[in-house]
Amino acid sequence: MIDSLLITFLKALLLVLVLLGAFAYMTLIERRLLGRMQHRFGPNRVGPFGLLQPIADAIKSVFKEDIVVSAADKFVYFLAPFISITFALSAFGAIPAGPAGSFFGFNPWIVDLDIGLLYVFAATSMGVYGVFLAGWASNSKYSLLGSLRSSAQMISYEMGLGLSVLGLIMITGTLNLREIVDYQSGAYLLILLQPVAFVTFLISAIAEVNRTPFDLPEAEQEIVAGYLTEYSSIKWALFQMAEYVNMMTGAAFISTLFLGGWRGPRFLDAVVPGISEWPFIWLILKMAIFMFLFIWLRATLPRLRYDQLMRFGWIWLFELAMLSAIVTGAVIAFVL
Amino acid sequence: MNNHKTANAGSATTPRGEFETKHMRINVGPQHPSTHGVLRLVVDLDGERIARIVPQVGYLHTGFEKTMENRTYQQCVTYSNRMDYVHGFGHDLAYVLSAEKLIDAKVPARAQQIRVILTELNRIASHLVFIGTGILDMGALTLLFYTFRERETILDLFEMVSGVRMNYGYFRVGGLYRDIPEEFVAATRKFIAEFPRMLQQYATMFAKNDIFLSRTQGVGVISKEQALEHGLTGPSLRASGVPLDFRKAQPYSGYEQYDFEVPASKQGDAYARFMVRFEEMSESLRIIEQALDRLEPGPVKDPDRRISLPPRSELENSMEAVIFHFKLVTEGFHPPRGEVYVPTESARGELGYYLISDGGSMPYRVKVRVPSLINLQSLEPACVGGLFADMVVNIASLDPVLGDVDK
Repeated sequence: MIDSLLITFLKALLLVLVLLGAFAYMTLIERRLLGRMQHRFGPNRVGPFGLLQPIADAIKSVFKEDIVVSAADKFVYFLAPFISITFALSAFGAIPAGPAGSFFGFNPWIVDLDIGLLYVFAATSMGVYGVFLAGWASNSKYSLLGSLRSSAQMISYEMGLGLSVLGLIMITGTLNLREIVDYQSGAYLLILLQPVAFVTFLISAIAEVNRTPFDLPEAEQEIVAGYLTEYSSIKWALFQMAEYVNMMTGAAFISTLFLGGWRGPRFLDAVVPGISEWPFIWLILKMAIFMFLFIWLRATLPRLRYDQLMRFGWIWLFELAMLSAIVTGAVIAFVL
Repeated sequence: MNNHKTANAGSATTPRGEFETKHMRINVGPQHPSTHGVLRLVVDLDGERIARIVPQVGYLHTGFEKTMENRTYQQCVTYSNRMDYVHGFGHDLAYVLSAEKLIDAKVPARAQQIRVILTELNRIASHLVFIGTGILDMGALTLLFYTFRERETILDLFEMVSGVRMNYGYFRVGGLYRDIPEEFVAATRKFIAEFPRMLQQYATMFAKNDIFLSRTQGVGVISKEQALEHGLTGPSLRASGVPLDFRKAQPYSGYEQYDFEVPASKQGDAYARFMVRFEEMSESLRIIEQALDRLEPGPVKDPDRRISLPPRSELENSMEAVIFHFKLVTEGFHPPRGEVYVPTESARGELGYYLISDGGSMPYRVKVRVPSLINLQSLEPACVGGLFADMVVNIASLDPVLGDVDK
């Protein structure tokens, strides 16, 4: 069933709203969880359990004075946050969240792309342009250092990220994310078939979304806020949004590729018939696992140094992902 | 900045196939998340590598030395602990030792033991701040909250004895302001019993963490010779292989009676500086335990009426007591002419007050040998050639307190 253009548009609008709402509450969840891990409460003053905190933050961000650096390249300076948020939001569209027709009779995805996997890669890696241009256009040394770091980091990690899924593509024989999910319901979850690729992909994904221990572009203790240093008010908030939306996209992407996507475990069907086919819930649950992992890592680990990160990316991740792809290829070619 | 423009203009004169590169001069601080206060650094960067680093100090200059020259000897205790607000008792102790040497006061054993207990507790508190913020500078947020939890217990102990959690002003020339409250000993023993377990917890959180090791091992190496040339003292010097500790080398306040080790290392890198301080906390615990065991009831002030105020009860039936009281309160005591310097071991290094007396009731000259300022000189050998990210680790591992730097 192909949706009409209007329906697709409405669904895209809905997805954007959901993602932005999720972003607002992710900040709250992250701060509360960090609080728990650090012997403190976290925000709990605004509303019950601090539930109104994101709204207060949003109002604050919008009404804060928007300071524009006088020496900045104005056009690019304004453009950068929009590049970041646009590509962050558009990446999610190809990820399926349930079986066909399960969303009030419509399909729970925006577009069903045959090259969905490549599309998500392309959209997420476009985000680095926002970061890079922000740093360059701010005309500030700290911003410049941050943006240079992030460009270098992106290049090192795209390799690991791309190679990690090579074996997966060889096994499933498709780039369509919906079909990859279907393959996993027929055979094994791909995390069991590709454990090494899963690990390298996960690590690369953390680097891709700039989270600890790979949060060099905005390493607060070194380069103040990296590319964000000269941004304020809503433009700063847009970058924050982009970061969190990227986190969510990353989590959903890993879940889809390696953990069976929107499908739940089969054995639960014996308890509640059809529960493994329920839309949304399983994908959100799996995403929650990875989101928690991201927050947990942030509370635990120090940050890697720039050169160590590059070495780690090129020597360990790249080689491991390559090895995994070669072994997978050899097994498919000679054993099966 | 406009670096790209100037670089383009310059490239016309450079030979073909070679880029003219310029160092980027970057201003770090005085408002920067990890300069531990208002330290300002002018850094020349070659890419992310540091070519030159010049610390600029003075943003927290308070003129304490000059102020102290206009206060009586007893009043100066108010100022000494405000310089190094993280190891306040260390400064108090250094000051009163110098003043006591000047006037030749006899400090009772109980007062000396209490001073040692408080100074060592404060050393632990200071090292806790060091480890928490040091790891924070590498990007790990959580340990800070754990170390500050234990520091909180120590501050509660200080509040018990002095009434405040910072800027104690509890030591007096000739003894202490008053005796410790009864519950202090039990509370301190409870802390000593619990603290080693906390140290274990910290160790699991950072000392074996791969990322921590790779961020600190071999980073910011200061060789033995460089350390001595630059006048480095304290734990940072001991991390470079010189086991100089004034508590052992020139014992004061009865440190010669206690059995403790001086942790040292040979590597001279940031990791060694972290671990030396980490191990020092256990040694401080040993000292405190021994001092608590020796603690016996007795006076906590020099009975000499020329130095200490007479007790309130004497004022009602002794004319002499009233006279001494009046003299001490209105103008303070008059040490003989002379100059003194007593080196002590603060949490950061050699700390001493150089006092000159002209026979008046106020010091003629006060010069503080603060460890933080002189230790900052070692930032250059530690940082140059390293990466920008290492600079942050190096500042943290030298543990400057900016109040102590600028005074």
